[in-house]
Amino acid sequence: MADLNELSEKLGGIKAEIKEELSKLETSKSVFEYKKAIFDSKAGKVGSLMREMGKIPNEMKAEYGKRVNELKNWAQEKFDEMDAKFKAEEMRLKYESEKIDVTMPGQVRKQGFLHPNTLVRNRIVDIFGSMGFEIFEGTEIETDYYNFTALNTPDDHPARDMQDTFYLSDKFLLRTQTSAGQIHVMEKEQPPIKIISPGKVFRSDDDATHSPMFSQMEGLVVDKGITLCDLKGMLDEFVQKIFGEGVSTRLRPSYFPFTEPSVEVDVSCFQCHGKGCKLCKGTGWIEVLGAGVVNKKVLEGCGIDSDVYSGFAFGIGIERIAMLKYGINNIKHLFESDLRVLEQIRE
Amino acid sequence: MLVPLSWLKEYVDINIGVDELEEKLFSCGFEVEEKYEVGRDISKVVVGLVKECEPIPDTHLHLCKVDAGEAGILQICCGADNVKAGGRYPLALIGATVYATAKDHKTVEGVMTIGQGKLRGYDSYGMLCSGVEIGLTEDLYEGAGYNGLLVLPEDAEVGADVKPITGLDDWIFDIAITANRPDCQSIFGIAREVAAVLGSTLHEPALDYTETEVKKDGFKVVVDAPDICPRYIGHYVYDVKIAKSPAWMRRRLALIGQTPISNLVDITNYILNELGQPMHAFDYAYLEGDMINVRRAKEGEKIVTLDEKELTLNGNNLVICDKVKPVALAGIMGGLNSEILDSTNEVLFEAAKFMRDNIRKSSRALGKSSDSSARYSKGVDEYTTVMAMKRALHLIEELNCGKVSSTHVDCNTGNSIGPAELKVSVNRVNAVLGITVPTDDIIRILTGLNFEPVLNGDELTLRIPAYREDMESYQDVAEEVIRMYGYDHIKGTFMPTAQVTPGGYNLEQRTQLKIKRALCAQGASEGVHYSFFSPASFDLIRLPEDADERKAIKIMNPINEDLSLMRTTLAPQMIQAMQRNQKKGILSGRIFEIGNIFVPKSLPLSEYPDELETVCIGCFGENEDFFSAKGLVEAIADTLNIRFDYEACEKSFLHPYRTARILCDGEEVGYVGQVKYEIIDELDMRVDSFVAQVSLYKLVKYYGKEQTFKPLPKFPEEKRDLCFVMNKKVTCAQIEKAIYDSCEYVTDVSLFDVYEGMQLGLDKKSMAFSVVYTPGGEELKADKIDEFVAELLKELKEKYDVVLRS
Repeated sequence: MADLNELSEKLGGIKAEIKEELSKLETSKSVFEYKKAIFDSKAGKVGSLMREMGKIPNEMKAEYGKRVNELKNWAQEKFDEMDAKFKAEEMRLKYESEKIDVTMPGQVRKQGFLHPNTLVRNRIVDIFGSMGFEIFEGTEIETDYYNFTALNTPDDHPARDMQDTFYLSDKFLLRTQTSAGQIHVMEKEQPPIKIISPGKVFRSDDDATHSPMFSQMEGLVVDKGITLCDLKGMLDEFVQKIFGEGVSTRLRPSYFPFTEPSVEVDVSCFQCHGKGCKLCKGTGWIEVLGAGVVNKKVLEGCGIDSDVYSGFAFGIGIERIAMLKYGINNIKHLFESDLRVLEQIRE
Repeated sequence: MLVPLSWLKEYVDINIGVDELEEKLFSCGFEVEEKYEVGRDISKVVVGLVKECEPIPDTHLHLCKVDAGEAGILQICCGADNVKAGGRYPLALIGATVYATAKDHKTVEGVMTIGQGKLRGYDSYGMLCSGVEIGLTEDLYEGAGYNGLLVLPEDAEVGADVKPITGLDDWIFDIAITANRPDCQSIFGIAREVAAVLGSTLHEPALDYTETEVKKDGFKVVVDAPDICPRYIGHYVYDVKIAKSPAWMRRRLALIGQTPISNLVDITNYILNELGQPMHAFDYAYLEGDMINVRRAKEGEKIVTLDEKELTLNGNNLVICDKVKPVALAGIMGGLNSEILDSTNEVLFEAAKFMRDNIRKSSRALGKSSDSSARYSKGVDEYTTVMAMKRALHLIEELNCGKVSSTHVDCNTGNSIGPAELKVSVNRVNAVLGITVPTDDIIRILTGLNFEPVLNGDELTLRIPAYREDMESYQDVAEEVIRMYGYDHIKGTFMPTAQVTPGGYNLEQRTQLKIKRALCAQGASEGVHYSFFSPASFDLIRLPEDADERKAIKIMNPINEDLSLMRTTLAPQMIQAMQRNQKKGILSGRIFEIGNIFVPKSLPLSEYPDELETVCIGCFGENEDFFSAKGLVEAIADTLNIRFDYEACEKSFLHPYRTARILCDGEEVGYVGQVKYEIIDELDMRVDSFVAQVSLYKLVKYYGKEQTFKPLPKFPEEKRDLCFVMNKKVTCAQIEKAIYDSCEYVTDVSLFDVYEGMQLGLDKKSMAFSVVYTPGGEELKADKIDEFVAELLKELKEKYDVVLRS
C-alpha cells in the first residue's frame, strides 16, 4: 500500500461493492451469509483487511487501522439496517401466513361427569354431614326381618302391599326401603344417633314413572327430647339448602308403619313460588319426602329405651330430587347410560 | 275411594264449600286425589216450559215456543217423540254445553256447544235435551233412560238451572285412604272423620229391625278355622221378593260407578260402600244340610265363582261351605251355585271378619280380587261386622224385600267390640310433638273422635272405639291430636337437646368419590345400571357353563326374565350401554360405573351374600385403543397411590391378544381388554369397544395410604435414553423390571418409542426407554452411570438377548 490515496481508493471500492451487492440481496438469510463472507478473517473483503496490517508501513498503521475500522463499522451498520428491514418483512409474511380464524372452537380436554344421583347424593351428604350426620350404607340384599318386621310391619300388615317386594328366598329380599339400615345402626349403637343412609332400593314396579331400582336416602336421629318440631326445623334447613332460600315446608298427615305420627313433606314450589305452575300441578306445593317420629315399638325392638330417647326419621327419593332439580322428565334416563344424558347434567 | 257429597251428607252436616272440604280432609290425612261435579260437562241448561208445539209438515219435527224464564220465549225445533205443549224439559240455551250422542241417542261421543241452528228452514234458538245428553242415566235419575226428552217434574221452576233438580250439582270425591285407617274405607267412616274435623254431629245410619217369630230350625254355623275367621254372623231372611232397588239406592250405587242389580244384591253392595263391611247373601234353597261350615279348603277342592270361573283350591284358602260343598271363596267371591236369582225366596245373609293376610294371600295366589277382597285385605273390624248385619236387616225391612227371621247365628272368638281403655300422659303427647297443645283443644279433638277423654292431672283416660284398631300408644294419640289441631302449629326447632356428633363421609366413601372424580377427569361419565340382569348376560360374554359368575342369586318373583338375576359382573351391562349409545349414533365415549356384584356364599341363600364393590369402565370409538382403556385403569391406581402390574391373559369375551390381567401386589384385581369382534357384530355395534373391571373391594386395604415426605435429593437427577433391539416376544414389563432391578438409583422408567420394521428383522422390535437415576447421599457422576448402564446391558443381553440399537 503506497499511500493514503491508494487506500482510500481500495476501501472506497470495497464500500461500493458492498453497496452493490447488498442492493441485490432479498432475504435476511442472504444478508447474514454475505456478511459472514465479507467479515471472514481469511477471505473476507473486510475481514482480511486487518491481516494486511503487517504490510502497512508503520507511519500509516494508525490511519489504516482507523480507516478499516470505519469501514467495518459502516458495513456492520449497513448489514444491520438491511437485516432489520428484511426481518421485519419476513416476520410480517410469517405472521400473515399464520393467520387463523379466531372464532373457530377452542380445544378442550373432554371431561366426564358424575351421575345426577351422585351429584344429589353428594349435596345431601354435604348438608347433613355438616349437621353431624354420619353416612351408613346398608346392603342391597336384606332379610325380611330388617326390611319389614323390625320396622313394625309384620307379615300380615297391609303396608306390605304398598311395596311390591322382590324375594330371593323366604328370608332374603331386595330391600324396598333404605329404612332397613336404621335397625342395623340402632342395634349396634346407643344414642345419640344421627345417620343418613343412602342406597339403591327395589320395588316390582316398571312403567313410565317407575323404575324397579331407584335410590333413597334415609335419615335417622335418636337422642333425648327429639320432637316433631325438630324434624320440621331440620327439614326446613335441608330444603332451603337444596332448593334455595325462601323455600318452605308443609307437613301433612300420612302413614308409615315405623313412624308415628307420620307425615308427607311438601315444599313450596321453587319454580313458581307457590303461585301454581306445571311443575307443582297448580297446587303451589311439591311432595318431596316422607318422615315421622320413630315409632316406639321400633326403638324398643332395637333395645333403645323409649322413655329416655325419641327420634325422627325421613326418607328422600334421590331420583325424585334429581328430576326436580334438573328437570329430567323420565326416570329411565337415569339408568340407561346414554351419554347425551350423562354429559348434560353438570355439577 | 269414591265418595259422593250427597251420600256423605246423610251422616254429617257439611256447611262448607267443596274446596274447603277438600282442604279439611287433606289437613287431617285424607288426600283427595280428584274431585268433580257430576254434571261437570253440562252448563247453561235450564228448565224449559213448552208453550206451543206445532208439527212441521212432512217431518218428524215439532216447532215449539219454549218459555226459558229470564232468557225469554225461544223458538226451538225439536225431533223428540214425547215433546208436547205444557211439558217441562231440560233446555240447552245458546252457548250451553251438553253431550253429543251417536245415532242411537245413547252412546256419548263427546261434549258439544249449542249454537243457533236452522232445521228445515226454521230457526232454532237452543235444544231440548234427553237425559243422556245432560249426562244422566235411568239409575241416576228416574226417567232419564227414555230415548226422548227428559220429563222434568211439574213443579220445576221455569228458567231454573236443571242441575240442582236432577242432582247434577252433586260432587264426587276420590279419596286416598292410608293403610293404617281401614276404618275409613267407607262413606260412613269418612263421615266420622269429617264430623270430627268440622266439629259437627254424626248421624248413624238406622240399624233397627223387627225379628218375626219364624225360625229356621236346625240351622247351624260351624267355624273350623277361628284363627282366620274370628267372627261369622249369619241371619236367615224369608219371603224374599227380588225386585229393582228404590231410586235413591240405585242412584248412590250409580254415582260410585256400580251397576245396580237387584234389591238384595244391591243391599250387600250398598253396605260394603256405606260401612266398609263386605257382605254376602246365599240363596238358602241351594244350601244343603241346613248348615254353614267355615273351613280351610281341601287340597285340590274346586269352586266355580260368580264370574263363572273354576278355581282349584288348597289348604291356604278359606271357604264357606254348606254340609257338602263350598258355596263361597271366603271374603273374595261367592259361588255360582248359591247365587241370588230372580226366583230366590229365602236368603242367608253373611257378615264376617276374615283375617286380612289370609284374604290378601289367597286373592293374590288365585289371581282373583273384588271390592270385598280389597276391603278384607286392608282389615275389617268386628264392631263394623256386627253393625253391618243390623244395617242389612234394617234395609231388608225398609226396602220391603223380605222378612227378618229370628234365626241369628253369631260365632265368635270372644273379641270385645266395646271401647278399649287407653291411658296416656298429656306431657308425653306434647313431648312427641314438641309444642304444647292447649288441654282444652286436646279434649275437644279427642271427644270429636269419640275417644271419650277423661282428664285427671296429667293422665288422660280414653275409651277407644273398637273400630280404631290402630290406636295403641301415646304416639298414636299425638298423631290424632296434631292432625286435627293442624300441622301448621309445628314450628321448626333445631334439636336443642341433641348432642354434637361428627358427620360426613368416611374414608371408604371419600375414596370412592375420589375414584369417580379421577375417572371423570379422564373424560368418563358415570352411569348407573340395575343390580339385576338377564341370564342371557352370561351368554353374551361367552362365559363357560361352569364359570363361577354363573352362580348368581335368582329373584323368585322377577318382573321378567331379563331382570331376574343379581349381577355377578358389571361387564355385560356396560357392553350393552356402549351398544345403546352406538345405536343412537354416539360413536365415541367413556362410561364408568361403581356398583356391587353379588356373590352368594350358598344357594339358595341361607346367609347374607357378599356385596362386593366393583368399578367397570367402558370406552369406545376411533380414538380409543387398548392403551387408552388401560390409561383409565391407571387413573384408579394413581388415585389410590398404588401400582398396578399387567400381564397378558385370556377372557371369554375379550380379544385374545389385547387383554390383560390387572395385578396389585401380586393379587389379581381385575382385567382390561378389547371386546371381541363376534360380540361387536352380534350387537350391531359400530366401533371398537373396550371394557375394564376392577375389584375395588380388594383395594380397600390401600385406601388412605399414609403419605410420607421424601427429602429432596441434594444432587441433580441424571436421565439416560436407551434404545434396545430385542425379540418381539420380550415384553415392555420385562424390560422395565430388569431396568429397575439393575440399579438401586433408578426411580423412573418410561417407554417413549416402539419401532418394528424390515431393517430390524421380522422377529425384532426396538423399544426406547427414558431412565431416571436419582442420587442418594452422594453425587452420581457420568462415568458412574455409564457403569450402571453397562451392567444393565450385560444383564439384558444375558436374560433376553437384548442389544443396544446402533
